[in-house]
Amino acid sequence: MSIDIVGVTKRFKNFTALDNVSLHINGGELVALLGPSGSGKTTLLRIIAGLDWPDAGEVRFDGEDALSRSVRERNVGFVFQHYALFRHLTVFENVAFGLRVRRGPGKLPEARIQERVNELLGLVQIDWLAERYPAQLSGGQRQRVALARALAISPKVLLLDEPFGALDAKVRKELRRWLRHLHEEVPVTSVLVTHDQEEALELADRIVVMGRGKIEQVGSPGDVYQNPATAFVHDFIGETVALPGEVRGGRLYLKKNALALDSQGVPDGPAQILARPHEVDLAEPDTAPFSGRVLALRTFGPNRRADVQIAGPDGNLVVEASVPLDRKIEVGAHVGLLPQRYRVFPAARA
Amino acid sequence: MSVAEAEFIRPLPESKAVPKLSSGQGKPVLTEPAWVRYLLTAIALLFIGLFIGLPLVIVFVEAFRRGWSTYLAALTMPDTVSAIRLTLQVTAITVVANLIFGLAAAWAIAKFEFRGKSILISLIDLPFSVSPVVVGLVFVLLLGRYGLLGPVVQDLNLQIIFPTPGIVLVTIFVTFPFVARELIPLMQEQGTAEEEAAISLGASGLSTFFRVTLPNVKWALLYGVLLSNARAVGEFGAVSVVSGHIRGETNTVPLHIEILYNEYQFAASFAVASLLALLGLLTLIAKTLLEHRLEGSSNEH
Repeated sequence: MSIDIVGVTKRFKNFTALDNVSLHINGGELVALLGPSGSGKTTLLRIIAGLDWPDAGEVRFDGEDALSRSVRERNVGFVFQHYALFRHLTVFENVAFGLRVRRGPGKLPEARIQERVNELLGLVQIDWLAERYPAQLSGGQRQRVALARALAISPKVLLLDEPFGALDAKVRKELRRWLRHLHEEVPVTSVLVTHDQEEALELADRIVVMGRGKIEQVGSPGDVYQNPATAFVHDFIGETVALPGEVRGGRLYLKKNALALDSQGVPDGPAQILARPHEVDLAEPDTAPFSGRVLALRTFGPNRRADVQIAGPDGNLVVEASVPLDRKIEVGAHVGLLPQRYRVFPAARA
Repeated sequence: MSVAEAEFIRPLPESKAVPKLSSGQGKPVLTEPAWVRYLLTAIALLFIGLFIGLPLVIVFVEAFRRGWSTYLAALTMPDTVSAIRLTLQVTAITVVANLIFGLAAAWAIAKFEFRGKSILISLIDLPFSVSPVVVGLVFVLLLGRYGLLGPVVQDLNLQIIFPTPGIVLVTIFVTFPFVARELIPLMQEQGTAEEEAAISLGASGLSTFFRVTLPNVKWALLYGVLLSNARAVGEFGAVSVVSGHIRGETNTVPLHIEILYNEYQFAASFAVASLLALLGLLTLIAKTLLEHRLEGSSNEH
């Protein structure tokens, strides 16, 4: 089922959680809403589910108005951030809940319910936990129960609110792969909310980057990483080295010195030159656009980073550059920085 | 004050697995000499024995002083039977009323945001801070013949103060915090996520309440009911003011005990009092069992 969100706005008192947001989600797609906390991504998810109502705008499922239907009638599977499992029910009864509360012609006979629940528990690989209570499960197991419970009602849309947020790093990675795999088996339209870029990049067909109640960019994982549309997206996804500059007459300057870099069509005014740390090379101080003194060196795993203090338009600033492990360099050395690949954006801050 | 009338305040859950501070060869640092520990324990036991144990024993001793047959005779006196019946009626109405009110108030406070919420929360505790006698007087001033609402009550051809309705009203007033106070913190802690999950799975509001909300609070609810029950049975002050003290009609058990005592029927009065004491002991046992359950359910998450 496809989802259309048209001009949705939501305010909480003085805070605008969503500001005229429009988005199209294709049927069978797995979309990630990615953004920092307060970006409005969870609010958008809850509006799609029917747990919140927008102040303005439309939500359509397959072209039909969804706002006129309550959450009960929308047939969405919602996986809550802390799972919200029913603590007084066994795993089996948790999964069966949506089938047991059904009324009217859709109500299944007991034998069918049993069959369906066992099938789902098998699908999420926890059939051996059927008689346990939520308190007796690990985080990863609870996550699977929450998913099976949401899938039990054969939802047309699956909504996941920070599904791996409460898990430790290793379990998270494992479940992520598993969820992707599951999505291929059960290709229900899925929307996932996360603040973890790695999660979004690995899982989603498309990523919707959100910041301060607006959509900053929609694109494939490769797209948002390689070609960020705004400085916000560049900064939020992947690591960023921000270098100062100013565009004058279509050329980049740092104070009085012309930089041998392309201004990428950015209009005159203060600018930001953004690059990935591994795409900023160390170079000869005299020839490189930026140069400065190494303040500190850090090595973690395969990476080595140098804090380099360079002269900015208003005082010194410290940027992080990546240094090959085999390169000889010492704290206090004077080095040049040459961005190989970079994006120029108008500076947001004066 | 009878045992049943005593207010039970739930003790803080015992902190578990407090790491013992130890130094050197596993000798605890925080320890007192043996004689200090024994002295403190002895003082505590003596105090409890003197102020709680002894009176309780005396109630039973006095009740049976004239023998088993006198005891039974006192309990089967028509006036006693009718007092017991009235108390049971009042308690039943009170507990049901408070069950409904307490659930509704706790539900509203814990799950919704609305204006005047903080006022409601402080009002719920009001009966704990007002003397029951004052409560009784307020109701008399409000609903009695010359009270503020007296003309209205008379026009409706009702008599509230002195017969049973007055007793029920003040008892509800005095006991209404018990259920709500037990439920509010628990429901606040549990939040609304499980209810949202239930509704998103297609459950109606009513079925969400009975399948999710109620099972999650059932032990706390029972605990609150137990406490308000104990208090309702033993309430004296407020009831004494609004009751007409008519034997066989508007006398509750505590009032009946007082009348018997004032008439120098000590054996009979202690016999009836022993019923309240027994109820108090039963409440205590039930309370202890429930506390285990409550701790269990709050540790589940």
